[in-house]
Amino acid sequence: MLLRHTPKEITGREALVINPAKTCQPIGAMVAALGIEGCLPHSHGSQGCCAYHRSTLSRHYKEPVMAATSSFTEGASVFGGQANLLAAIQTIFALYNPEVIAVHTTCLSETIGDDVPQIAEKARQEGKVPPGKHVINASTPSYVGSHVTGFSNMCLGIVKNLAVKTGKRNGKINIIPGFTEPSDMEEIKRICAMMKVPVILFPDTSGVLNGPLTGKYLMFPKAGTPVEELKATGDSRATLALGEWASADAAKYLDSAFKVPPVILDLPIGLSATDRFVDALRKAAGVTVPASVEFERGQLLDVMADMHPYLYGKKVAIAGDPDQVTALAEFFLVLGMLPVHIVTGTPGKRFEERIHKMTGTMGRPVNVKCPGDMFLLHQWIKNEPVDLLVGNTYLKYIARDEDIPLVRHGFPILDRIGHSYFPTVGYKGGLRLIEKILTALMDRQDRDSTETGFELVM
Amino acid sequence: MTIKTEKPLLSAEAVKKDLLAKYPAKAGRRRAQQMVAAPGPGREAPEIVSNARTLPGVITMRGCTYAGCKGVVLGPTRDIVNITHGPIGCGFYSWLTRRNQTDASADGAENYMTYCFSTDMQDNDIVFGGEKKLKAAIREACALFKPKAVSIFATCPVGLIGDDIHSVAREMSEETGINVFGFSCEGYKGVSQSAGHHIANNGLFKNIIGINDNGPDGKFKINMLGEYNIGGDAFEIERLLEKCGITLVAAFSGNSTYDKFAASHTADLNCVMCHRSINYVAEMMDTKFGIPWCKVNFIGAAATAKSLRKIAAYFEDAELAKRVEEVIAAEMPSVEKVQAEVRPRCEGKTAMLFVGGSRAHHYQELFKEIGMRCVAAGYEFAHRDDYEGRAVLPSIKVDADSRNIEELHVTPDPHRHQPRKSPEDKERLAAAGFSFKDYEGMIPDMEAGALVIDDLNEHEAGRLIALYKPDIFCAGIKEKYGAHKRGLPMKQLHSYDSGGPYAGFAGAVNFYREIDRLVNSNVFGLIPAPWQESPELYAHFAWD
Repeated sequence: MLLRHTPKEITGREALVINPAKTCQPIGAMVAALGIEGCLPHSHGSQGCCAYHRSTLSRHYKEPVMAATSSFTEGASVFGGQANLLAAIQTIFALYNPEVIAVHTTCLSETIGDDVPQIAEKARQEGKVPPGKHVINASTPSYVGSHVTGFSNMCLGIVKNLAVKTGKRNGKINIIPGFTEPSDMEEIKRICAMMKVPVILFPDTSGVLNGPLTGKYLMFPKAGTPVEELKATGDSRATLALGEWASADAAKYLDSAFKVPPVILDLPIGLSATDRFVDALRKAAGVTVPASVEFERGQLLDVMADMHPYLYGKKVAIAGDPDQVTALAEFFLVLGMLPVHIVTGTPGKRFEERIHKMTGTMGRPVNVKCPGDMFLLHQWIKNEPVDLLVGNTYLKYIARDEDIPLVRHGFPILDRIGHSYFPTVGYKGGLRLIEKILTALMDRQDRDSTETGFELVM
Repeated sequence: MTIKTEKPLLSAEAVKKDLLAKYPAKAGRRRAQQMVAAPGPGREAPEIVSNARTLPGVITMRGCTYAGCKGVVLGPTRDIVNITHGPIGCGFYSWLTRRNQTDASADGAENYMTYCFSTDMQDNDIVFGGEKKLKAAIREACALFKPKAVSIFATCPVGLIGDDIHSVAREMSEETGINVFGFSCEGYKGVSQSAGHHIANNGLFKNIIGINDNGPDGKFKINMLGEYNIGGDAFEIERLLEKCGITLVAAFSGNSTYDKFAASHTADLNCVMCHRSINYVAEMMDTKFGIPWCKVNFIGAAATAKSLRKIAAYFEDAELAKRVEEVIAAEMPSVEKVQAEVRPRCEGKTAMLFVGGSRAHHYQELFKEIGMRCVAAGYEFAHRDDYEGRAVLPSIKVDADSRNIEELHVTPDPHRHQPRKSPEDKERLAAAGFSFKDYEGMIPDMEAGALVIDDLNEHEAGRLIALYKPDIFCAGIKEKYGAHKRGLPMKQLHSYDSGGPYAGFAGAVNFYREIDRLVNSNVFGLIPAPWQESPELYAHFAWD
């Protein structure tokens, strides 16, 4: 057994986190910054943070992930990191010449209290920032929240640093897609194009973190949200924030600073959440939903009806980020599945409440913990086994020990590909999710059925 | 093994000039000192600045002290509960990501490597101190798992807020009755992972090594130092040692256990694989217990044979020497068969290696064995002795970043110090060609004119690839996909991507096949689409 020391009996823990269902803020900030065109993320702290984030993201996306670091030594930790950041800004523009440097902090620079906006200003005054180039920042202490918080804070940093109001509305809708895959961001843009709604989607890692092999490496490919578009978010008609945890703060800022009305939605995973997204987009943009979108919806619903017997009553355990987990749980409930054990590592009071409310009609108790960890999830599973696990790659240890099929979803996925290219948002994404779940459940049924009960047609 | 070197290498000076062209003046001057041309085998190596601060903003390959300590040295030990004291990230990122294999299949064997333990410090802990939470976490770990040892790893904020992990460790040791010890491996210490190796070595030496005198029986007992069992390397080395009748007391730290560390002072020879990460333990064990050390290398078939013979020579036992020769003779035919098969497809192709503190050197052996040239190489976190050989040790200046890493003052153990070899023995062995504490470094092994660059960064890597157009690039995961995007096969030499083992004889065969697969891959030849290769316009008649 790989997790042989995990006991069935659950004892309370106050201090020790075991097998976390989250990681720290800066990595989320790095992902968000990679979704800006021509942007080099910069980690203001010791170089290990940057190395760990780049390694993890490289493994998840199987793509080059470029980011620089202030490379603090003990001296910088004592006297402050100003000299390091100034030198870094100069070197980055000399060697790599990005349009934007997006600086995020770390537990180190936060603890010593470095003032990044002031240092960036000093760099500008000293001529270290070439004309027309930008140094933006976000405060992302690792000891608050999680990687989702970091993503949210960089989204906030983007609009705080770049958005302006010209007084002339641009007729566009801002969409903040949350900490999702490049494929998901692409899919959201496709749906918006089908609805003929002009949007500014930010951040946008499609084309950045799922780029082609051409033999020429472009550190800054022609992808990501352009700076001009980010500036224009202050002139948009509305902001749709997809996922309260990852996207709401930036949307709220655009409202308070520029009176761009926010609509806070769930991630459009599954039929109902996608319906709400399409409906909100329709209302915000003043368009009608075209037949092509209704066609895709109908396809998803068709498959839901056809395959219901294989999904109904199946117990699921989910671990992941709150925006993803909430949407997944809702979808599973609609499919007649039973999400019985749910954890997220990202703290937030509303999560447990929301899950309890959503699962209230299920007619049975649900285990939900926020913040919780995968050790606890495993213990719940030992007490009440499930038919399916949904979450990131680390769940494969539980899957193997307990012999439960696993559908990988969320971050990080270190051992399979697909997430970068095939979305799980929208109606098409719903289809893909069902396909993955059915494949996992049906492969298991084929493996476990008796020779007598073995089915050709399923 | 001869390598075809007719094709002249690019001028190292010209390449260096290109690499440095874009730097701000001061940064460029510093980088210039970290690039030298190899003078050729047997010639004295030029001085290269290394173990120096990373320039902020360069997009470095390096990691931090915590990574070197918790990730590299202590990570592969399966039965110690390793608690990361800090915010969640550091523990999360070092959770199972290094492909250290361990064999915990024995009944009742403990294995905590699949677990990540963290105090997950929150803002309150940063403001009011995290010692209380750390103590509670250790209590919870002990209650849940009843481990034989718990270790604590400090992350950046821990040092800044002044949590005293060592006093917590002492107190918890007393309270729980098990060995609890801490590592002050805050990420900002030193200039790279290297400081973390040193801190890990010190901690192992102070807290575990030598506390259990009941080692295994055996006539020829050794420790294997600086071998981390990536992709099963240690298993292959263990197989060979066993076949030769050599007893492995402890490995630091691939496939290792706490008890083996504790009894490692019962070995009679320390064999050092990765000189950079573990030479401190070897030195200190020599002083305290009288165990000599020598450098070995099990990467490469010839190097493996040489290392086995070296161990046999040390023990001066005819029976052992005979058995070693029998093992080599039995193993080599299958190695040579694959060498001969692969060599025609690989010969003359070029490689670049930028990794580690030993691997960039060791893996040149394997490339040479299939006729490939190494045109440029460098370490990520090494010191001058790893480049130029240990002869330069007395001339290395200790700078501020190294001074803050503790140097243990070691004296002979009054009860356990027992010189394995007398001065006369050592003289006799030396006269017969055996060298103790011998690491000649990477540069003297390299072809004349090959470029050596310390602490390579993304900009320089891109230029090197553009200028040399090598057939393969070797580094770590952060560099992997950038190489692929440039149409160049890439092999990770930290964690091997997916393969291994590459150590020993079976490992050499695996590596030859892997490199053959990579440098002769069909994939990169498909980059131009057919219409890009013949871009002339086609037209139709209007009535079509």
